Amino acid sequence: MAMNSTGRPTAPTGDGLCPDDLKTFSGSRGLMQQEPLLHEVGAPEKCGVDLPDVPEHTARLGGLERDKTIGLPGLSEPEAMRHYVRLSQRNYAIDLGLYPLGSCTMKHNPRLNEKLARLPGFADVHPLQPQSTVQGALGLMAELSDWLVAITGMDAVALPPKAGAHGEWCGMMCIRAAIEERGELDTRRRVLVPESAHGTNPATAAACGFEIDELPADATGRVDMEILRTKIGPDVAAIMLTNPNTGGLFERDIREIADLVHEAGGYFYCDGANLNAIMGKTRVRDLGVDAMHINLHKTFSTPHGGGGPGAGPVVLSKRLSNYAPLPYLVRNGDGWALIEEATQSEAKPFGRMSAFHGQMGMFVRALAYMMSHGADGLRQVSEDAVLNANYLLARLSEEMSPAFDGVCMHEALFDDAFLKDTGVTTLDFAKAMIDEGYHPMTMYFPLIVHGAMLIEPTETESKESLDRFADSLLLLAKMAKSGDTARFTAAPALAPLRRLDETRAARTPVLRWKATDA
Amino acid sequence: MRYLPLNEDDRAAMLARIGVSSIDDLFADIPAKARLDGLIEGLPPHASEMAVERHFTDLSRQSLSAGDAPFFCGGGAYRHHVPASVDHLIQRSEFLTAYTPYQPEIAQGTLQTLFEFQTQVAQLTGMDVANASLYDGSTATAEAVHMAARITRRRKCVLAPGLHPHYAQTVQTAVQGETMDMQVMTPAMGADAGVVDALDDQTACIVVQSPNVFGELVDLEPLAKAAHAVGALLIAVTTEVVALGLVKSPGEMGADIVAAEGQSIGNGLSFGGPYVGLLACRNDRKFIRQAPGRFAGETVDEAGKRGYVLTLSTREQHIRREKATSNICTNSGLCTLAFSIHLALLGEVGLRKLAALNHARACVLADRLDALDGVQVLNQSFFNEFAVRVQGNASQIVEDMAKAGVLGGIPAARLFGTGKFDDVLIIAVTETNRDEDFDALVATLAEAL
Amino acid sequence: MSKLYYTEDHEWLSVDGDTATVGISTYAAGQLGDVVFVELPEVGKTVKKGEDIAVVESVKSASEIYAPVSGQITAANAALEDAPETVNEDAQGAGWFFKMTISDAAELSGLMDEAAYAEFTKE
Repeated sequence: MAMNSTGRPTAPTGDGLCPDDLKTFSGSRGLMQQEPLLHEVGAPEKCGVDLPDVPEHTARLGGLERDKTIGLPGLSEPEAMRHYVRLSQRNYAIDLGLYPLGSCTMKHNPRLNEKLARLPGFADVHPLQPQSTVQGALGLMAELSDWLVAITGMDAVALPPKAGAHGEWCGMMCIRAAIEERGELDTRRRVLVPESAHGTNPATAAACGFEIDELPADATGRVDMEILRTKIGPDVAAIMLTNPNTGGLFERDIREIADLVHEAGGYFYCDGANLNAIMGKTRVRDLGVDAMHINLHKTFSTPHGGGGPGAGPVVLSKRLSNYAPLPYLVRNGDGWALIEEATQSEAKPFGRMSAFHGQMGMFVRALAYMMSHGADGLRQVSEDAVLNANYLLARLSEEMSPAFDGVCMHEALFDDAFLKDTGVTTLDFAKAMIDEGYHPMTMYFPLIVHGAMLIEPTETESKESLDRFADSLLLLAKMAKSGDTARFTAAPALAPLRRLDETRAARTPVLRWKATDA
Repeated sequence: MRYLPLNEDDRAAMLARIGVSSIDDLFADIPAKARLDGLIEGLPPHASEMAVERHFTDLSRQSLSAGDAPFFCGGGAYRHHVPASVDHLIQRSEFLTAYTPYQPEIAQGTLQTLFEFQTQVAQLTGMDVANASLYDGSTATAEAVHMAARITRRRKCVLAPGLHPHYAQTVQTAVQGETMDMQVMTPAMGADAGVVDALDDQTACIVVQSPNVFGELVDLEPLAKAAHAVGALLIAVTTEVVALGLVKSPGEMGADIVAAEGQSIGNGLSFGGPYVGLLACRNDRKFIRQAPGRFAGETVDEAGKRGYVLTLSTREQHIRREKATSNICTNSGLCTLAFSIHLALLGEVGLRKLAALNHARACVLADRLDALDGVQVLNQSFFNEFAVRVQGNASQIVEDMAKAGVLGGIPAARLFGTGKFDDVLIIAVTETNRDEDFDALVATLAEAL
Repeated sequence: MSKLYYTEDHEWLSVDGDTATVGISTYAAGQLGDVVFVELPEVGKTVKKGEDIAVVESVKSASEIYAPVSGQITAANAALEDAPETVNEDAQGAGWFFKMTISDAAELSGLMDEAAYAEFTKE
């Protein structure tokens, strides 16, 4: 034979065992690459951008030239790619797995929308170009408005708010302006906020100068109507109500709540964070709402991007439409015009919320999402979102303790009763989910439930995905009850880092890198 | 529906497991009167990817985009070249489709990049610390005013004559819910030093923009000294952060808080948003505790490994509720990442050269325009944006230039309203402007006069 | 000899004549978790019973401290600003928050003694 001597073992020869805590020399662990801070890997003289030469000129900086170095680190392009790709791999993401954060609506982010947002007629136009040159961009804003109005049945929409909380502020400022016009700003001081509300609600009402009056929940997790009746009065400016509420429940008495507030001369602000549960099943108008923000980054799937950007357009009833902030869109012949100054306005805008017109990049993505789904698809979204949540509620209730009886809307709320006397807390349980490859649910919120666990699967999970998730959680719950606490208190063991010391971070804050640390 | 994985068999099986007979049983809590039985009226049915793309492409073509014209608009939003790798990296699934990093063990990518961003912003502004971003420069300015009022426990705030009028309006709107004494100085070129006259022992802060809305650079040092002498704070505003590569940082000149628009690094024009608000301040416990928004901070994990977490959260609405420093929750996460990556690619050397290039190109154009009959450059100093007085109505001239395919700047009246500065045009120049663009601007402007 | 009182808001007062030293109870310090920050009242400030005058924060919570009785603040424990962990380590000793004068001794009558507080926190 002509023996080729390059043969080598091609089936594993070990015994399948590996050291529990294999230490590596590089600090990397296989695909999980070690990556120091930018300021440790970069250097001031490095650069990943080629620029043309600076032409001859006489500087006109008025004697304010910088004479000190900044100390910014630079990277060549290949180094930059490595730095950020390595860091990216330390993140959980929707594209990686089920992300059941209640109240956050972590649904699939279609990539078509990313492509469209980058079209030059949206991405490469300046907010202050002549309006005659941006009719396509204005037309898109008008189309988005039409869709939001159709879905909610409301009379007008304010596009400027840059996120949910900014939208809350917009809606509450419209209410404030309406009350001011009635001459009641000194007497209508109180805003009713359920204790289950997001923290942004009381913070927003306070920012508008109102006093906050908390509404407790009843035994079914909804607004306690008895107590609400005692709190209603001529000094009530508004109620801020999330519907479906943060317990994942539809406020059954919502029409009566609206009537009570309206009869007392107040307004109904609805936090629209959970619109994903009711699109196409009811219209906000028919629930008696005066103002509601819509988190485009939740319901309409613009990517969360590690914490933003978002967008929070506000739909308004006829009573409030006149107070919408600047700038706003009006018809202008065949095209569109932006009203940018109060002096051009026939309405009574409460003011200006930011320098320009709102989150255009989010508008494009949200509209693309809506058109892709259409009237039939949007209704199906809500139905599937609610179906998925109830399916998990049904399956998980075998071992976990639902906070309330009955069905839920788009998210299922559990308390920590099933962990009683196990030595495992909600936090431990959540961290153990990380080892199973899942992002934990929202925990310890809403505050009305002990050790809350709020699970929102969204409509973009398949039944198989939900079943795998439920199987894992049921096994974890059984394990906790069987006394295997170490697995929980030590979790996560398989994430890039173990549990972090948040006490140390808060007691001695280190908020930036410093050269002296190197 | 391409985005919905459930099929009819799945739905039937799931309803059975839940123990209800139809999907509508799950919506039984909706009051009967408010239930929508058919489809939402007035909306089309679902559309294919191809159909949606076609519609948006048609809409996009109805605008004149900056890349298709000689382009000279600034006024708080600037067109710079962003390296391709920036957009590629921010679209990685792990960055794009992650939420706020509330579970630090599986969010170190976001947290470490935020920590790096905070350091870069602190360095660039010459301040000690920076937060993890706000919505944009204008809302950051409003938050800075609130912050200064809390720190000083005073209620008076003076807005300098050179502050972008949309920023001034944003601040005035933001303080409507409280009893602030706002003094908005009459806009004027070169009058920013006048804020000193408005200072008294009740003043919480003065808000001064540099380069200001006319492009003029402002020496903040004497203003900081005057403010500090009466116990007031200086809030420095910058809408074009590339300038900080060439001019003295606000921190060096004595600013207490910096509020800035970070769009011009890493982020496109995008018709006004999303942008990225920068907020930086002194390393003083009183300042940090009164700051709005998120902070990423360094710590260690159980095994002693360095890591990052969101920290000092008791300032924020999810814990402090109505007593929070701000109602902000969502910030500009992905835009901070674009900012941070672009700035990392530039580095010290690149940013300084980019800034020098912007300034030099602006000087070249300013000289060419100044030589035109009927055009006069008004600035004593500038970075990459300056104001010119034109013979005639600047708004009309800009419209005429646009018809000729040139986006020749922003008429001051667009910012200040008509009646003030009607003959003033504000022109911005960046590294993206070529000599041919200058030729086209000079030619169409001469034509339009 | 000083006498120890507790409020329903889990504050303790050690009363000596017409002055009191005030802090949060050992029980409360345990419930809060790791204390990371304490905001103290201004010395010289006149306060009314029930007024919120200080804040104690852990990583995930912020709690108001109320004036347990009316009076004037005479001292604040500045050491807590740099070492908030003292509240966890010695809540009813070195972890005191402030000292105050008592303007109306009658207000003390509504407060609990050691035994009553132990009963109050039993569940």
